[in-house]
Amino acid sequence: MAVVEVRDLHKRFAGGVVAVDGVDLATEEGEYLVLLGPSGCGKTTLLRVIAGLEQPTSGEVLIGGSPMTGLPPRARQIAMVFQSYALYPHKTVLANITFPLKAAGIDKAERRRKAEWAAGLLGIGHLLDRRPRHLSGGERQRVALARALVREPSVFLLDEPLSNLDAKLRATAREDLREFQERIGVTTIYVTHDQVEAMALGDRIAVMSEGKVRQVGTPQQVYRDPADTFVATFLGSPPMNILERDDCLVGFRPEHLLPRGIAEPGDGGVSLDFHVHRVEHLGSERHVVGTVGEIGQETRVIAVLPSTVAAPVHAGQTEPFVAAGRDLRFFAKSGQRLERQRL
Amino acid sequence: MDLTDHTAVERQRRAAARRRSAARIGLYVSALVFALVSAGPFLWGLITTFKANPDLYNPTHNPFVFNQPPTLEHLRLLLFDTSFGTFVLNTLLVGVLVVTITLTVSLPAAYSLARLNPPWGGAMGIAIFFVYLIPPSLLFISLSRVVSTLGLQDSTWALVLVYPTITIPVSVWLLMGFFKAIPRDIEEQAMVDGYSRIGAFVRTVLPLAFPGIVAVVVFAFTLSAHEFIYALAFVSRSSEKTISVGVPTELIRGDVFFWQSLQAAAVLVAVPIAVVFNAFLERFITGFTMGAVKG
Amino acid sequence: MASKAEQRMTWQVGSRAERRYLLDREGLLAPLFLLPSIIYIVALVAVPFLLAIAFALSDVTVGDPSYDFVGLRNFAAIIRDSTFRRSLGNTVLFTAVSMALVVVLAKLLALILVADFKGKWLVRLCVLLPWTTPVALAAVAWLWLLDSVFSPVDWVLRTMGLLHGNAVYLGRPGLAMASVIAVHVWRITPLAAVIIMAGLVAIPDDITDAAQVDGAGPWRTLFEITVPLNLPVIAVATLFGAILTFTDMTVVYVLTRGGPIAATQVLASWAFFKGIEGGNLAQGAAIALFLFPVLLAAAIAILQSVRRMEVR
Repeated sequence: MAVVEVRDLHKRFAGGVVAVDGVDLATEEGEYLVLLGPSGCGKTTLLRVIAGLEQPTSGEVLIGGSPMTGLPPRARQIAMVFQSYALYPHKTVLANITFPLKAAGIDKAERRRKAEWAAGLLGIGHLLDRRPRHLSGGERQRVALARALVREPSVFLLDEPLSNLDAKLRATAREDLREFQERIGVTTIYVTHDQVEAMALGDRIAVMSEGKVRQVGTPQQVYRDPADTFVATFLGSPPMNILERDDCLVGFRPEHLLPRGIAEPGDGGVSLDFHVHRVEHLGSERHVVGTVGEIGQETRVIAVLPSTVAAPVHAGQTEPFVAAGRDLRFFAKSGQRLERQRL
Repeated sequence: MDLTDHTAVERQRRAAARRRSAARIGLYVSALVFALVSAGPFLWGLITTFKANPDLYNPTHNPFVFNQPPTLEHLRLLLFDTSFGTFVLNTLLVGVLVVTITLTVSLPAAYSLARLNPPWGGAMGIAIFFVYLIPPSLLFISLSRVVSTLGLQDSTWALVLVYPTITIPVSVWLLMGFFKAIPRDIEEQAMVDGYSRIGAFVRTVLPLAFPGIVAVVVFAFTLSAHEFIYALAFVSRSSEKTISVGVPTELIRGDVFFWQSLQAAAVLVAVPIAVVFNAFLERFITGFTMGAVKG
Repeated sequence: MASKAEQRMTWQVGSRAERRYLLDREGLLAPLFLLPSIIYIVALVAVPFLLAIAFALSDVTVGDPSYDFVGLRNFAAIIRDSTFRRSLGNTVLFTAVSMALVVVLAKLLALILVADFKGKWLVRLCVLLPWTTPVALAAVAWLWLLDSVFSPVDWVLRTMGLLHGNAVYLGRPGLAMASVIAVHVWRITPLAAVIIMAGLVAIPDDITDAAQVDGAGPWRTLFEITVPLNLPVIAVATLFGAILTFTDMTVVYVLTRGGPIAATQVLASWAFFKGIEGGNLAQGAAIALFLFPVLLAAAIAILQSVRRMEVR
């Protein structure tokens, strides 16, 4: 078990591309930290620097309190699962799993034992003699995990391991991953662009964009108390509605925008005339898409009504909607969150 | 290793740094050795070109320095007193013609095999490949009869006729690789937009495969400039020889070897071709992997 | 119900359309595009090949060009000739030894060429020179380097105190063979290295990254991951190199003319001497035909390797 710490890390590639622009981060022991952000935000680069596959331009990586500068990946006691799983195609599953043990000089009998233990834990004991090309996506992922597990690392690094699976499989694989981590209890850093994954898996989420960490917090924290408009609009689907006021930005989540009558503005809340363009019926909820023109200019806004709310809403009409005061979030025009409580 | 043991980690780090610099040095040294052994004969050839006879024909002299003042005499001899110029011209002429024939024949063939699924397409591809493995050293005797029957004996036209048999199979293979790398969508888009199959080919595939075509041109030209057996077998008249045959045969009169001029010729021919090849190295590799892997 | 006029129009458009869209008929274009190459190859490869067989079964010489069928007499005469065993043995020896050396050297060179370092472009240029130079010219350059009196190699060895007098490279049977092999290896290593380089580049980075994370040092990664994954490419490179060496007559022709006393004679050069310089077309063709079975085997082996590359 080890704590991973990143201090003022910068990574600049030849050609001028700045992938990581000053990141400070520290994991807690045994926690599941998710690096979340759109493509190109630097999360994979950050992971690779932590792994030792890339060298930072400046700044430090510490694992277990010791600086890792100059150490190759194999000296860092880490294990990594790649997006493509990177299984050795010419080796059997067993050979894949025992490979790191062989590199560590462990004898054959011990290697076999550990491999079988890891395989058993992941339910792939029956696949040991197959080759990667005869395995399904989910099975390959588990082999990659077994190979990582068998080294008994201090830190687990995962780079979007679910993105190669089809949607249905992803949900169950996600479950398995979470269970797996809880059982092993190893500090894990997980990279993804999928915010649903991040919210479901992470103890804490570090939201990244353009090489910087925007906010670190529990899923609840980043969702309810976003540090800036980027975090506010990245998390949540559909994203938070942001309206412009003369001196600031006002935001509220679609699920907090409800028809008057169901909810009341209350203290500090707002009342809006919602010009409804379209209503999408999605089964468990309705998405009401339209515009409002009250606070500032005409802005596109979405409200999400659970199916339990039966209030009639029709396209082409204008209905009064409200958002409660405690559900409003205020941001400066630059995007930074303001402490302001009311309009 | 316990990562919190800072001294142990520090020791690891130093060891890793040492290993890295050793590897780096090893890399540079081996690169240097390979470069020297490969280019050595040419570097030395360059020096020899300018060596005066007494300097050269002395076994005790250091062959790598000028023990006597350098002279341009042998270079002059090569360029003006021998048929070197003619050889160069012949080689260029043959090269250009062969490349033209090769492209004219290979482009459609490669396109057909890559895109159009002709009947027995797979067999054709393999057949072309097999042809490549019937070497000149097998065919030259019968081809020499064919050439003289056609009245092309002792003429560069014999070479122009025969060289494509060497260049076409490889060119087809390379071009196939390049064509397969271009997504079908682009051609299909052109056909939807109103072009015929040929029109789509000319307008969309050819421009995109242009780098590959250039690579094939360089490769084919080089093959024809290198060729020795056919040139030696078919052409004995000096005015029709190419560099590859002309230099070794003409610059050796009886027992007298015009060494300095020979070396000059070798260097003069080798370096430009190598420079061009180096520039296209990446392309060849791409074409080769495409041809093989997706083959 | 379409009117008569409409029906007629549809019919006309139909046939005109067919004619206009001739350029799109893949069924027609495909074989048509292939035709020129097939003609070329049949005319100038297949026919001469059959002709070579015909010659080998005849007694045609330049002096007496009348064709008389003599059956396998030429083959018998060649096999009885002591030079035959020498040539065959040499051909096999040169190919085997050269290829063994080339495989190792080319792999090393390929690894160097994919690494990143300053001056890479220049090193690449130098390393390509042996391959991109016309064979004959490169052989001529070596002719002086291995000269029996003036060899610079001798000079260097003498200066270093490792040699007294002259090592007569091209005049002594053992050394002559070593020299021929050396020149072959020198020439072919760049080509093989480039082919292997292509294979190295094709290995996804992820896999080497994973090996690094898994704890494999550079040697283990090389022998357990890189080489096994590259075997098909290495096989192809080796086979190509072998074919080139097996069928080459230029190096022997320029360096030693097959001497001393047939010590370095190979099948290809012997065929040339007999057939073109000696004028005995029939025997020359027969000798050359001995190359064919080996080439066929090599070709099949290459195809199988290529196919194995696709499977992955």
